[in-house]
Amino acid sequence: MKWFDYAAPPTLDEAVALLAANPGARPLAGGTDLLVQLRSGRRETGLVVDVKRVPELNEISYDPARGLTLGAAAPCYRIYGNPAVSRAYPSLAEVAALIGGVQIQGRASIGGNLCNAAPSADSIPLLIALGARCRVQGPAGTREVAVEEFCTAPGQTVLAPGELLVSMHLPPPAPDSGARYLRFIPRNEMDIAVAGAGVQVVLENGNFRSARIALAAVAPTPLFVREAGEALAGKAVNAASLAAAADIARQAAHPITDMRGTEEYRRHLCGVLTRRALEAAVQRAREAR
Amino acid sequence: MHDKVHVRTTVNGEPREFLCEPRQSLLECLRDILGLTGAKEGCNDGNCGACTVILDGRIVTSCLVLGVEAEGASITTVEGIAQGTGLHPVQRAFLENAALQCGFCTPGFIVAAKALLDQEPHPSEEHIRAYLANNLCRCTGYDKIVRAVQQAAAGQEV
Repeated sequence: MKWFDYAAPPTLDEAVALLAANPGARPLAGGTDLLVQLRSGRRETGLVVDVKRVPELNEISYDPARGLTLGAAAPCYRIYGNPAVSRAYPSLAEVAALIGGVQIQGRASIGGNLCNAAPSADSIPLLIALGARCRVQGPAGTREVAVEEFCTAPGQTVLAPGELLVSMHLPPPAPDSGARYLRFIPRNEMDIAVAGAGVQVVLENGNFRSARIALAAVAPTPLFVREAGEALAGKAVNAASLAAAADIARQAAHPITDMRGTEEYRRHLCGVLTRRALEAAVQRAREAR
Repeated sequence: MHDKVHVRTTVNGEPREFLCEPRQSLLECLRDILGLTGAKEGCNDGNCGACTVILDGRIVTSCLVLGVEAEGASITTVEGIAQGTGLHPVQRAFLENAALQCGFCTPGFIVAAKALLDQEPHPSEEHIRAYLANNLCRCTGYDKIVRAVQQAAAGQEV
């Protein structure tokens, strides 16, 4: 690794000031992506700003009326170990337990997964499905960004120089709602998604009231397929409506062929995973009653 | 600029201080500065688990932690697993089951298995395999490793 300096500021203002004053500085949360990239030379930086001592980035707080505030640096094990998260957002706890192995989950954060902006990131389609919004702090102040607008290209985000992702905010789960993320990997553990689908459904009188569907690893960024969810609004929950939404998701995917799978295979997976994730989310919504 | 950083930690129960460059991993600091060569450098990118140590109660791959991040932290390496002059039940079970071939992955497996049993004294086979999924054995001796952890768990009952 090339030389860099290190700072671990205790406050948000100091962290943002350091990032703003040092162009090219990189925030460090769990480091499970950043340190690999610095070591391999894929990224370089003169200053690593460890943000794990900033209280706002470690926050995990749930309020039934206001929803969940999830600090950007909170490691996965604290997310799936949090009883309120497991109760109100079981799909989020599942995703936190899906990323890497136990050693990685001890360090890696959902905020880091988002900022790393990999097309295959497991947490991002679910955050999109759950309607998460990002709080971004920069030298000019605070702004909010919808998660589906956060990633702009592989490894690229809307963060301007000096800006820091502070937290994600998830609205409280609607009554009769359920969510699920499913991915396909050719083994049982610890692999990168060939394709993935994150969905949330809200039911009303046995029908879909609304749904949100997003896909992993089938576009340059995690892909929000708004029209697939909208197609379900007001529809009965049956094989035909699920198949129609899955078909829209399949058609919205524009994957590449690489060593993990061909374009055709990935597109096929989008249909299958969307349908199965919808079935699982519907089941969860019914059981939540 | 370009000064080394003074880091104060507790390693295997003893206060230890060291000077390191910010870019040095905790693994490098343990091995090259503190002389604790039990944790191994396998892949150096967090996949293989050979460098597993316990950092403030959580297992981590020490290749993906900076030494400077360990300021104020408590670290347990494989050198700190034995109980006095006696082996830890996990270590004894690895010996009795011949749960190692080349042995390179063993320190990581021992540390991870010890952390698992501290947290869950009676894990199912599925739980053991899932918990140890971040530890790779290139000799592919997984069955013996899993049996050793099961035996260590059974032995802990007494």
